[in-house]
Amino acid sequence: MKYLWRLLPLGFILLLAGCGKQNLSALDPQGPVADIQFDLIKLSLYIMIFVIVVVFAIYLFVIIKYRERPGDTHIPKQVHGNKALEVVWTVIPIILLLFLAIPNVMQTFTLADVDVNEEEDDFVRVVVTAHQFWWEFEYPDYDVVAGQDMYIPTNTKIIIELEASDVIHSFWVPALAGKQDNVPGITNDMWLIAPQEGIYQGKCTELCGEGHWLMDFKVIAVDPDTFDTWASSMARTVDEEEEVNVVSAEGREVFEQNCISCHAISGEGGDLGPNLTNFGERSVIAGFLDWDENDENLENFIRYPTEKKPGNLMQPFPNLADDEMDALIDYLKSLKVLE
Amino acid sequence: MADQHVQTLPPNLEKATLEGKNKYLGFWLFLGGETILFASLFGTYLGLRGSLNGGPGPSDLFHLPLVFIMTMILLTSSLTSVFAIISMKKGNYKGLLTWMTVTVLLGAAFLGFEIYEFVEYVEHDLGFTTSAFGSAFYTLVGTHGAHVAFGIAWITTLIIRYRKSGLTLTNAPKFYVAVLYWHFIDVVWVFIFSVVYLMGIGG
Amino acid sequence: MSYAKAQSKSAVWDWLTTVDHKKIGIMYLVAGAFFFALGGFEAILMRIQLMFPEASFLPAQTFNELLTMHGTTMIFLAAMPILFGLMNYIVPLQIGARDVAFPFLNSLGFWLFLFGGILLNLSWFFGGAPDAGWTAYVPLSSEYSGTGIDYYVLGLQISGAGTLIGGINFLVTIINMRAPGMSMMRMPLFTWSTFVASTLILFAFPALTIGLLLLMLERIFGATYFAVHAGGNVVIWQHLFWIFGHPEVYILILPAFGIFSEIISTFSKKRLFGYSAMVFATLLIGFLGFMVWAHHMFTVGMGPIANSIFAVATMAIAVPTGIKIFNWLFTMMGGRIQFTTANLFALGFIPSFVMGGVTGVMLATSAANYQFHDTYFVVAHFHYVIIGGVVLGIFGGAFYWWPRMFGYKLDEKLGKIFFWMFLFGFHLTFFVQHFLGLMGMPRRVASYLDGQGLNDMNFISTIGAFLMGVAFIIFVVNIFVSMKNRETSGDPWDGRTLEWTIPSPTPEYNFAQTPLVRDVDAYWHEKYEGDGKMKAAEPLGDIHMPNGSILPVIISIGLFISSFGFIYREHGVIWVAILGLAITFGAMFVRSIKEDHGYHIPVEEIKNDKGGK
Ligand code: HEM
Ligand SMILES: [Cu+2]
Ligand SMILES: [Cu+2]
Repeated sequence: MKYLWRLLPLGFILLLAGCGKQNLSALDPQGPVADIQFDLIKLSLYIMIFVIVVVFAIYLFVIIKYRERPGDTHIPKQVHGNKALEVVWTVIPIILLLFLAIPNVMQTFTLADVDVNEEEDDFVRVVVTAHQFWWEFEYPDYDVVAGQDMYIPTNTKIIIELEASDVIHSFWVPALAGKQDNVPGITNDMWLIAPQEGIYQGKCTELCGEGHWLMDFKVIAVDPDTFDTWASSMARTVDEEEEVNVVSAEGREVFEQNCISCHAISGEGGDLGPNLTNFGERSVIAGFLDWDENDENLENFIRYPTEKKPGNLMQPFPNLADDEMDALIDYLKSLKVLE
Repeated sequence: MADQHVQTLPPNLEKATLEGKNKYLGFWLFLGGETILFASLFGTYLGLRGSLNGGPGPSDLFHLPLVFIMTMILLTSSLTSVFAIISMKKGNYKGLLTWMTVTVLLGAAFLGFEIYEFVEYVEHDLGFTTSAFGSAFYTLVGTHGAHVAFGIAWITTLIIRYRKSGLTLTNAPKFYVAVLYWHFIDVVWVFIFSVVYLMGIGG
Repeated sequence: MSYAKAQSKSAVWDWLTTVDHKKIGIMYLVAGAFFFALGGFEAILMRIQLMFPEASFLPAQTFNELLTMHGTTMIFLAAMPILFGLMNYIVPLQIGARDVAFPFLNSLGFWLFLFGGILLNLSWFFGGAPDAGWTAYVPLSSEYSGTGIDYYVLGLQISGAGTLIGGINFLVTIINMRAPGMSMMRMPLFTWSTFVASTLILFAFPALTIGLLLLMLERIFGATYFAVHAGGNVVIWQHLFWIFGHPEVYILILPAFGIFSEIISTFSKKRLFGYSAMVFATLLIGFLGFMVWAHHMFTVGMGPIANSIFAVATMAIAVPTGIKIFNWLFTMMGGRIQFTTANLFALGFIPSFVMGGVTGVMLATSAANYQFHDTYFVVAHFHYVIIGGVVLGIFGGAFYWWPRMFGYKLDEKLGKIFFWMFLFGFHLTFFVQHFLGLMGMPRRVASYLDGQGLNDMNFISTIGAFLMGVAFIIFVVNIFVSMKNRETSGDPWDGRTLEWTIPSPTPEYNFAQTPLVRDVDAYWHEKYEGDGKMKAAEPLGDIHMPNGSILPVIISIGLFISSFGFIYREHGVIWVAILGLAITFGAMFVRSIKEDHGYHIPVEEIKNDKGGK
């Protein structure tokens, strides 16, 4: 639970720290989509437990009653079969399956329903692009691009469009919604709603290479006002930024020399790596790695990106001078949009 | 167990021995598998035929007259292979060999046209790697072409190997299944003609 | 070749050239067992890595290679060949045949499988094994993986050709070579399931052949079926793969069902309950097996209509499967159940497989599948059906037919220790994985982070895997220590079907006289309704046998060699590919122009063998 405490600086998280939830389990659904799915899981489980109980009962009865006893050499009657019984164990399973199949078909359509009324409905559209091995979240209606942390407003239908830049990945936030695949060349969609504020763990579930197992992300649900603040600060350009957030000019310079070709901040920079505009508010590095008290993990990650995240495509910077590194880290930590 | 010294040959030569019967059935089954093979290629082609990637497409390339001639040649070769089997059933071994030779020649002519066709398309900028359409097209039609080539080699081998043996219980099933195979690749071509060329030109 | 000449070969040459279905069957079993041990070792390595969170026992890349090779090996090189071994040995005996329909092709099928398997495994030594999972999804496998995938493509292509040949061979054998009186509806269930599985092979493997061909052309010749930048479509691969892949799981499980039908009926001393329902259910499963492939693709974006259709079709398969379960239970009902090791495996199978089957129905629930898919829940599910079904079937079949195949009985006591340890280890390994999946552990991960509540169950799972490993060693020990238990009666279990009517060891020609079949469970019928002896359908006479041939080995080696030319084409060795193909086609050419008339075993020799019983 140590790392939950480290979330404290993000003021709005305070509320959550209390409940100490992992928010990673499909068995503990936190939104309507996951609820639907959990209900179906339970329904299918109950039907299946019924089947198991019936089969096991007959099975135990038979092997106990008809076991060979010492000295028994009788030849059992050679029964051929029984038509009526065959019908029974054909029809009953069909009926049982219908109890599952019908709700399933209905819910399959419900979950595929991403239509919204552009004027009336309250919704946010997020384009999720998966890369080896990180996540990019674009909010086309807000002009915002974010990396690794997907901020969403609570109680709002989130329409998610899934894309991939290299191989197939899959977007899964167990506590909020089952997965859909990010397929190169194809755009898939899904929706979810988070009624409560919180941080929800997300994972890539399609084998996508060496770094697959570390391709984690977070969905962060905040109240709609906070979300609006977040989105508008994220959308600020560098020029506007200058006044708000000049902390480490030196660090900014190091960044511009080394990092900006791949990472963007406030609308300026490349897109080969995650956008870092709100990096100072991340709870983890690269989707999974704890920040250390003395920032060692961050420094290490920048110097040797594949050490903790094998397969990582970020270029290593082993020779950055110590003072440059310190300035860079100061700068990165200052990148906040919610304060 | 094929007995070489049978004087009067039974009817249905191709299925007279157990070996023959096995070969006959096994070959039909093999063709069943080949059907799935081509179905998979057709499916792939249908999925990709619109993906031109800026390269030429079906309507830019295909010329009905050429393909029509190819179709006619292959259909005729099927017919001549039927004549070969009719000769076989009548015990006319020479007729069998002659008609099989004609079949092979027609097959070779078809193959020649196909090669010409491919060269032509390459000159019109449709390479194997140009687009998904190009890859799928050459793979489907080329796989068929490879089957024709294999058929030609196979039947030629049979003709040469058995040029002097006369009709026996051993070679009758061999000729028979070779002809089955030939019909099969003919049928596949009819599908290629309709799905690739007619649909390609017709839209 | 004369009879005398046929008798005087050296042992090695004899095995290399044999076309005897029994010897080929044994070679399949030996090679399959080797690959099974290898795949098991790979699994243990993975489980050691997963024993603790964020472990560094294996680098992620190595883990991905192990998981790919484990899956591929187990499916293509272990489970299927071992079943093929049993089919090869047993099916001709069960239908009263002297051999299979195509002895030469039978041998070719084996050698293709073996060389394909060796090729695939050589990837370990030449630049790394394939690492994109046994499903090798593009574009990961086409554009983002090294030569390992080339080994995968060519290895599977070669061994797949062997499988296809084997499938056709079984079909023709079963249709054409049955003894007089052995109508289709009198065939033992193992033969029936071989028949249906072979049909599935025939119609499923060509889809894989094309999938692999496209992947190969894409990787080697730059084709663009899957390359998105040139308009390609990556989902086509998934369709082709699963059109093959789903029937494949039935290719594995149906023969296991057949084995259990034989075992349960024999050791309940009762005729199989609902024989025709069992046959019908097998056919129906085979048919439906082709209608459901896209249940592996619910999350790929096919849309709700396709998802619903495939969900319902998949659920439908549960019905014929249920029919089988109940018929097995009712076969035992009223019987006299003997708890031999073979039967223990059958009895262990029923509850284990039911658990795997019900999670299958849960997975088929498309809307819920979005949660299950690609998590450890799926890993748990398919191991429940594959180990709880196929592997238990293989071990059950091994204990059951061992005396028939090797002339001695496996030790029952060691067998029972093995069974209980394996069964317990299996459930320990995989039961907890259902929960791991739902608690957020994706499949195919090289490790997992600490503090997510996944540690304990992963630890338990690894302990179970160790138990299975130790159990398997006990089985291997059993094979050797039991060799002294010679079994000469030929009918150690009071069997019901034709394979138990012949002496032990099985003579080369199987049946001195082709038997006449008068009922389902032909032997049982003669034992309890007749005089205990099979009626003969022909007089005693010389028996014609096919000659052995080295050509299958040469054909396979040719393809094996040519694969290296393709894999290292960039090093200018394409001539190796051409050379290899020339060897293969040359050998095929020789085969086609050389007539092989076989030889005869003289009747005196057969009488000396003490003939049939
Ligand atoms: C000792 C027994 C076994 C153990 C402990 C074991 C363990 C595992 C593990 C840890 C994985 C990787 C799962 C993942 O990372 O997603 C796996 C995958 C797999 N196993 Fe097994 N396994 C065993 C036996 C078998 C057998 C007998 C078969 C088939 C006959 C089999 C078929 C597969 C398949 C098809 C996969 C999927 C591979 C892939 O993801 O590409 N396993 N197994
Ligand atoms: Cu990924
Ligand atoms: Cu399936």
